[in-house]
Amino acid sequence: MSLAQKIIDFFKKRDKASIGGGQTAIDKQYASGKMTARDRIKAILDANSFHEYDLFVKHTGKDFGLDKKELPGDGVITGTGTVYGQPICIFAQDFTVAGGSLGLMHARKITKIMDHAIKMGIPLIGINDSGGARIQEGVNSLAGYGEIFYRNTLASGVIPQISVILGPCAGGAVYSPALTDFVFVVDKISKMFITGPEVIKTVLGEEISMEDLGGARVQTEISGNAHFFANSELECFEQIKRLITFIPWNNRRKAKAFPPKSPKASLDIEHIIPSEPSTPYDVRDIIRAVADGSDFFEIQERWAANIVIGFCRIDGETVGIVANQPLVLAGVLDVDSSDKAARFIRYCDAFSIPIITFVDLPGYLPGVDQEHAGVIRHGAKILYSYSEATVPKITMILRKAYGGGYIAMCSRHLGADFVFAWPSAEIAVMGPEGAANIIFKQEISESANPDETRKQKVQEYTEKFANPYVAAAHGHVDAVISPKETRDFLIHAIKVSETKKDIRPFKKHGIAPF
Amino acid sequence: MNKNELKSFIIDETKYQTFLTKKFIQRKKYQPHDPKKITAFIPGLICKIVVKDGQKIKEGESLLILEAMKMKNNLKSPKDGIIKKIHVNEGEKVMKDQLLLEFE
Repeated sequence: MSLAQKIIDFFKKRDKASIGGGQTAIDKQYASGKMTARDRIKAILDANSFHEYDLFVKHTGKDFGLDKKELPGDGVITGTGTVYGQPICIFAQDFTVAGGSLGLMHARKITKIMDHAIKMGIPLIGINDSGGARIQEGVNSLAGYGEIFYRNTLASGVIPQISVILGPCAGGAVYSPALTDFVFVVDKISKMFITGPEVIKTVLGEEISMEDLGGARVQTEISGNAHFFANSELECFEQIKRLITFIPWNNRRKAKAFPPKSPKASLDIEHIIPSEPSTPYDVRDIIRAVADGSDFFEIQERWAANIVIGFCRIDGETVGIVANQPLVLAGVLDVDSSDKAARFIRYCDAFSIPIITFVDLPGYLPGVDQEHAGVIRHGAKILYSYSEATVPKITMILRKAYGGGYIAMCSRHLGADFVFAWPSAEIAVMGPEGAANIIFKQEISESANPDETRKQKVQEYTEKFANPYVAAAHGHVDAVISPKETRDFLIHAIKVSETKKDIRPFKKHGIAPF
Repeated sequence: MNKNELKSFIIDETKYQTFLTKKFIQRKKYQPHDPKKITAFIPGLICKIVVKDGQKIKEGESLLILEAMKMKNNLKSPKDGIIKKIHVNEGEKVMKDQLLLEFE
């Protein structure tokens, strides 16, 4: 055979393998409202940047007639490409080939690209669309999953790992996304669960649809397993690309800096907080009022909304934001909001992203359900992750900072590098009403007019303690600043923290209160 | 979010105006444990009921068999007493925390 003939032959082979499960299966994929694996990769990556590997990998299954079956690419597409010109590793499970089921070689293709991503120090995007383990391959398919989980863990905190759920992702398969940094889901397409509706029905007699059990809304609103919700695959890909602009390529690098931009002039930072302390406001307006271009990229917007987390840029540099949200549950800390914030703090710390904390909270959420759900352990995660973080930590106390909540929200005592407070700040052991009722209990009960005395005592306490100056007098607050000075102080604090070194006692790793 | 849906929310005797989450509104209200009631600790199937209404029973004696996750759990009486009423039948599927039987 001549070389020319061999080349023609090769193109034929490649084209055949590239269409995966064939036109009928592709039509079925479209009919269920989904894009194909190859289209998905192309939609995320820069045009013409995708280079595919392991297209001719063959499965090793010998039982149950699998030896007579050809599975192009073994049900997964892997390769490298670029996003905004930066290199990236990617894999996409191909549902048109044996339902995207995971066999040993399918898994080995994934682990190969993962190893590459770790070695090269570049992000990994994994697109999940699979019926689960390839049952015919038995324990070998389980081995495949295990090898992926192991690498997810090795890569954690070294390179960014992004999971996109664009189809079913059930059973053991869900643990790979769970081990990664960010999980993206799309309405009506994504489905994640450990045990599906069938099993639940047989074992427990409870009937539930896949959507209600583990659809995109459930995972972003109720469980908090997923971080980003989109209405379509294309919207999801835009979210991924936007996230990528904020994060560094690996843990040895800093996030890319952008030209600084002023916040929108229309956001008047001085008039966002209402004068009445019990009236809520949207803390995201404060974030936008200090962020470059008023651009704030929120994470887990729909879950535990009493705390707000996300990225923005200050003077061109990426920062991570953690902020109590007075608009929801008065901004209290509870089981879910502690989980949400703590994980994000660790993300920022792992990838050298400075953390800015905006504080306005009345304390922890009271309740039997909270105590029984382990709010002690979960709340401790915030203390642990703030204390553990060695990136620059800047805290801005806007209004209430009471009790344990004050300590938890990156106080000086947990190692904040800078603590600033607005004149509206109230840094105290608890709110004036509660404090006065305890401290002046006897005087109030013995008074001829208890209500009047209580009012008077609350007033006294408020004047004396509900301000930033007591904490400032002890040096717990570095500077009381006017709201208008906020951005300037943040920019400066980040600038002078660039060379921060925080050396800790040697350890293999701590025992975080998981 | 609609401002009319703001709710009063009290923390440390201070009243705040804020939105509530679905999860908070739907949280399970605490029910104190009633020693006279035996409930299912796991969802499953009632395979066999050993006792009868009005029967006198000693601590540690078998009450019923609850099959769950392929395990037959022998539910034993936590105390001496008289069975007031059995609330389930053999072959019935029960939910977690469902009332199975009551003591007098």
